[in-house]
Amino acid sequence: MKERKGLIIGSVIMIAIFVLMFIKGEPSKSIMVWIAAILTLSIYSFLYKDNVFYKFAEHLFVGVSVGYSVSVVWQNAFIRRVFDPLFITRTYIVNDKFSLYLFLGIVIPTLLGLLMLSIFTKKQAWLIRIPIAFVVGSYAGMGIAPSFQANIFEQTRSTLYVTLSISASIMIVGVISTLVYFFFSKEHKGLLGKTANLGIWFIMIAFGASFGYTVMARISLLIGRMQFLLHDWLGVIK
Amino acid sequence: MRRKIPLAIAFVFGIIMIIQFFIPHRISVEFYRNMLNALVIVGIFYYILAVSSLIRVHRGKIKRKKPGWGYSYVTLISLVVTAVIGVLGGAYQATRITSWFVQHFHWQIEQGTGLMVIYTYIQIPMGATMFSLLAFFIASAAFRAFKARSLTAVLLLVTAFVVMLGRVPIGALLTRRLPEIFHLTNIVEWILKYPNMAAQRGILMGIGLGMIATSLKIILGIERGYLGGGD
Repeated sequence: MKERKGLIIGSVIMIAIFVLMFIKGEPSKSIMVWIAAILTLSIYSFLYKDNVFYKFAEHLFVGVSVGYSVSVVWQNAFIRRVFDPLFITRTYIVNDKFSLYLFLGIVIPTLLGLLMLSIFTKKQAWLIRIPIAFVVGSYAGMGIAPSFQANIFEQTRSTLYVTLSISASIMIVGVISTLVYFFFSKEHKGLLGKTANLGIWFIMIAFGASFGYTVMARISLLIGRMQFLLHDWLGVIK
Repeated sequence: MRRKIPLAIAFVFGIIMIIQFFIPHRISVEFYRNMLNALVIVGIFYYILAVSSLIRVHRGKIKRKKPGWGYSYVTLISLVVTAVIGVLGGAYQATRITSWFVQHFHWQIEQGTGLMVIYTYIQIPMGATMFSLLAFFIASAAFRAFKARSLTAVLLLVTAFVVMLGRVPIGALLTRRLPEIFHLTNIVEWILKYPNMAAQRGILMGIGLGMIATSLKIILGIERGYLGGGD
């Protein structure tokens, strides 16, 4: 019964689209625009309920997205940073002299990366820990100093470096109370509890603002899709 | 041995990268650049694992005929087709293969490569539609989740409402007769600049301190979760 109802609603929407298209529209002649429009409608069909068209589009989206990133990684990372420097441009030959440092700069990470494939073996699978440790350790080391600089020093400086005004005082109180809220080493009681409560107020304002922006971003995307369907595809609006 | 070597590698490279930050010498900068390049190269192989994992999951679904296994074919076929078009035909610049097809079949590829055609007409529309779908669900979810039960929930809802209203023309229109300080656009500006920024800064500082603590734990070998289980 429910499926029949869905079928009827879907058919009515499709008929309305076609009537609109033939009476008032100037439909696109590009087959790719039609594909994009059909996929768009397939995804919107989820608004009624999960169905075959949505599932098809969803799985297609996953496949295409991964396929696209495979191509980008192949082109931007493998060809540009491994294959070309090793075999085509030979960046390790400087002024007709072989530079071992530059050569190893390409070969060692490639070999390290190849160790990742050890996961496919049973006995040597532990070797995958070596490239993981290299990446995790390096990024951990790279992150410490910039994190101090950007997240601690810069934020503190910007908070304190303000003019004497009510707004600036709100800023200082807000930062301190938010930090107090995230301080869990002592029970939130008494003055600490009250300050933490004030912190929640500030956090809620920030979450509210972020939520408002998120909703607006989504609605703006929705307007974009509607414009695509009515302008690019059907040509109903100019 | 199987744990000590990786821990030693993480320690050595972690310490080297910390020290490198404080040495502005040309060699140090060059070393940093090479390290970034090396990390990208290792990342390629991470990607191989990720894709093989996706393929394995879908192959398993097909093999065991799990509910909805037919859709796994859609994912696998679209993945292979897109990857082949991108790898052989070129990602951003047309390869000889693409040029051959263009010449022999008189194709006109506005976007330059087949991959970019897929990107423009399949990936972007579907991605935008998926996210725009959230416009409907976010509203109903917000209604259910943020029922104004407490003062903090009211604060969140009111802020969200004011920010949304203040960022559209009708917001400015509604308050245009009031003194300038009460114009909705100015109120939103103030909310974003002070109370919102105060909380964001507090959160950012917390994130920073958390990152530093976790990084130190990794470098010193206290945090070993990334090594996985086993010996």
